[in-house]
Amino acid sequence: MTEQIPSATAPTVAEGEGHTSSPRLWARVPWTRVAIGVGFFVVAIALAYLRAGNGDVVRQAVLTGILIGGVYGLVAMGLTLIFGVLDIVNFAHGAFLAVALYITVTMVSRLGVNPLVALFVAVPVMFLLGAGVQRFVLAGAMGKPLENQLLITLGLALLIDNVLLMSFGPNPQSVKLPGDTGVQIFGAVATVSRLLAFGVAIVLAALLYVLLQRTRLGTAIRAVAANEAGAQLVGIDTRRIYMATFAIGTACAGAAGVLVAPLVTIEPTTGELFNIIAFVVVVLGGMGNVIGALVGGLIIGLTEQLGALYFPGQSPLLSVFVVFVLVLFLRPQGLFGKAS
Amino acid sequence: MSLLEVRNVSRSFQGLKAVDDVSFDVKEGSILGIIGPNGAGKTTLFNLVAGAITPQAGTVTLDGRDITGFAPHKVAQAGMVRTFQLMKPFGSVSVLENVAVAAMAAGTSRHDASKAAAQIVERVGLGRWRDLQSSGLPTAGLKRLELARALAVRPRVLLLDEVLAGLTPTERAPVMELLEALRAEDGVTLVFVEHIMAAVMRLSDSVLVLDQGRVLMSGSPQEVTSDPRVIEAYLGQEPTDVAT
Amino acid sequence: MNTVTDQSPDQSPDPSTAPATEPAPLPRPIWGRHLLVLAVIAVVLVPLPLLLPPNTQAVAVRVLIFALMAVGWNIMSGFGGMFSFGHAAYFGLGAYVSVWLLVNHGVSPWIGLLVGMLVAAAFATLIGFLALRYRLKGAYFALSTFAFAEMLRLLAINSDFVNRAVGYNVPLRPEFSLAFMQFAPGSPAYFWIALGLTVAAIAVSILFLRSRTGRFLVAVRDDEDAAAAVGVPVMRTKLVTMALSAAVTSVAGTFYAQYYFFIDPDVAFGSSVSIQAILPAVIGGVATIWGPAIGALVLGPLNDVTATLLRNPPAALSFLEGRAGLDVIVYALLLILIVLLLPQGIYGALRDRWRRR
Repeated sequence: MTEQIPSATAPTVAEGEGHTSSPRLWARVPWTRVAIGVGFFVVAIALAYLRAGNGDVVRQAVLTGILIGGVYGLVAMGLTLIFGVLDIVNFAHGAFLAVALYITVTMVSRLGVNPLVALFVAVPVMFLLGAGVQRFVLAGAMGKPLENQLLITLGLALLIDNVLLMSFGPNPQSVKLPGDTGVQIFGAVATVSRLLAFGVAIVLAALLYVLLQRTRLGTAIRAVAANEAGAQLVGIDTRRIYMATFAIGTACAGAAGVLVAPLVTIEPTTGELFNIIAFVVVVLGGMGNVIGALVGGLIIGLTEQLGALYFPGQSPLLSVFVVFVLVLFLRPQGLFGKAS
Repeated sequence: MSLLEVRNVSRSFQGLKAVDDVSFDVKEGSILGIIGPNGAGKTTLFNLVAGAITPQAGTVTLDGRDITGFAPHKVAQAGMVRTFQLMKPFGSVSVLENVAVAAMAAGTSRHDASKAAAQIVERVGLGRWRDLQSSGLPTAGLKRLELARALAVRPRVLLLDEVLAGLTPTERAPVMELLEALRAEDGVTLVFVEHIMAAVMRLSDSVLVLDQGRVLMSGSPQEVTSDPRVIEAYLGQEPTDVAT
Repeated sequence: MNTVTDQSPDQSPDPSTAPATEPAPLPRPIWGRHLLVLAVIAVVLVPLPLLLPPNTQAVAVRVLIFALMAVGWNIMSGFGGMFSFGHAAYFGLGAYVSVWLLVNHGVSPWIGLLVGMLVAAAFATLIGFLALRYRLKGAYFALSTFAFAEMLRLLAINSDFVNRAVGYNVPLRPEFSLAFMQFAPGSPAYFWIALGLTVAAIAVSILFLRSRTGRFLVAVRDDEDAAAAVGVPVMRTKLVTMALSAAVTSVAGTFYAQYYFFIDPDVAFGSSVSIQAILPAVIGGVATIWGPAIGALVLGPLNDVTATLLRNPPAALSFLEGRAGLDVIVYALLLILIVLLLPQGIYGALRDRWRRR
């Protein structure tokens, strides 16, 4: 299935630290596409104005869309990183996010701490969980047909969802951020929890970027993504990189889980929704493209909110899927990949 | 009129001209050898003629019918079948079934297809292996399977992409005999890409030389091998290929 | 090393393609025998509801519904190698079309079954055409099937045309009637109908594999380019396969609705439905004729086993009492273990072992 992935140029492994780019993870900024994207955005907003006939509604939709889009981006960065390096379509990503949701719920209800404190527990826990899952479950299926890995991650998702169901029951729960009031921004209202979720998500995304770009581990990860055999030749322990990558990707889902905990109704299946959205974002940004995932997250956040204005009465997810199918058919390499 | 007429066919990939304005004719019942150094565009030319890639310019005519841009299966149904340089068996099924599927694709009934397949499998010398899973065949067997499958379609024109490459000299002889028999007994027209010059010299009625996507020259095998341009094009290019 | 001396594979200059050992001959496909076995099984199972205790009949029917869904999935994704993660679309169309016709127009579910098959086949052909036209493969193909199923679910949730999220209750008739597929609760007729439909579906999959298109399909799955090069119409073969696969799975949807008297968007189009079409085939053996049925036989009763366990747990498991989710946990573990340890599935592994003798 890799033939669908636009590995733009012949990958080279012996790249220097940091600054040079490997094609999958780091496309250069394509300014024409950025311009087209901004154009689309302007048109989309203009249409929303016409449809809604009310500037407040549109401003609110744009603000909410961008804020939640940052979190989508963080979730999708983890997923796309896993895809880029391990070639695994991870159906369990949303389930990992749900684990973090319940870690947050438990810490808030038992210890009475601020939900954001859960970051310091959930991120390391999810990192270890991801490492363990990769080492003990997925490693056995590396190099097997795509379907096998897909089925295993599907099994993991079912397993995790239902362990959560057994442990915490089916009743919806919620978490409140102390002092969560509305803030006026450009005539729209954002809650502190949404602003914090967005802000922390962007900071974490930046940290991930720096990790990949400026550290030895990040260089090794990018090398494996670009050319596994080559990476092995230069002495990179690919098995360790696989484990680390899956762990980092899962930690992203974990962090996102904590951030969205105050924003969503927490049920064992809440993660599924994020999984679906993350898939859309990953395809949109180009499978394996980390920056694409962040941008894709913002686009999908906006799509969801503006779509609700275009098609009142329809689920916001519907417009997300319409975009998804269009991207699959028209630009399966994603917005930032080269046409094959 | 020639059975196969290729006129001014071109195709480039990302600005690089893989096949550039190539024309040739093949008369019914004749054998055309195509040679050229690596990267000369031989396989791309095959892909263009057989419909795997659409030409950006030019036409392909089979028995007076314009088949340019036909999908590969339409080209096969029109009577021209190609084999693959890198063998592509239907790996999960038996050798016999590989050939029977091809016969059915040509419109033979299921019952007759099995019989026809059994005959063809014998003819190409795969009889002993007919019930083996085809993915388990060695190179020599897979090359024959490519040929057997193509024959099952009962083609008028057979495009052979390096059917002899990877075979030992003792394995080549029967395949070459088979190709000659195909022309003599079945009246099949052959176009073959080959690196092994001895085979090209022995089998071809005429030879087309490609270099960097263009036709360098064409003529009888003797004319071609004595032409200084051809020798120059091959200079430094795997002399063993020319020598054998 | 082997008895073939004139064209010994040992002469092969390319060691990577030379087999380490002489491969075993593949048995010729014996379609007639498969059909015979199927007929015998069908006859043997007919008296089952009269022998089973009444409360286990529901389990038997559930097994058959699972089998029917998975037989359909297996045609496209097993034999055809096109991994679908969206068979809920076809199951749901079968359920919704037949119920919609029944509720709004009083049309018999038997007619609804046929219309549902047609609609599901048409929908599969449409999305198959799009997916193939745009050359979606592997993960992208699977995700696109998933996306279409989810779109149907969301559309159903938000369309007054099909009662939005409320769904439908199948109206109860004053009298029981074969013509309207409605019988006394616990009537063996439900089992017999499900059995008939499942047996028919397996027979169809056997006949399909034996047919020209079925044999083309296997060739296309093994190597698309080579199949096209000998004249196999790749696109048509794939589309026919998808349509047939969808039609079979839609039958499961129609029967489900008539048996449980209730459908809503989640029950019909939810992603768990797609998973239920995949699991039996994977556990029993993908791309085998009997795998889906065997997998269904394993999965179908699990619900009840775990439910019983949770109602009356042994002392060691008493903390589980009254909890939901154990059944799916067992499915999930089974799925992971099968994929890791028995990728051929139960039937596939047994068959290979038997062949090697």
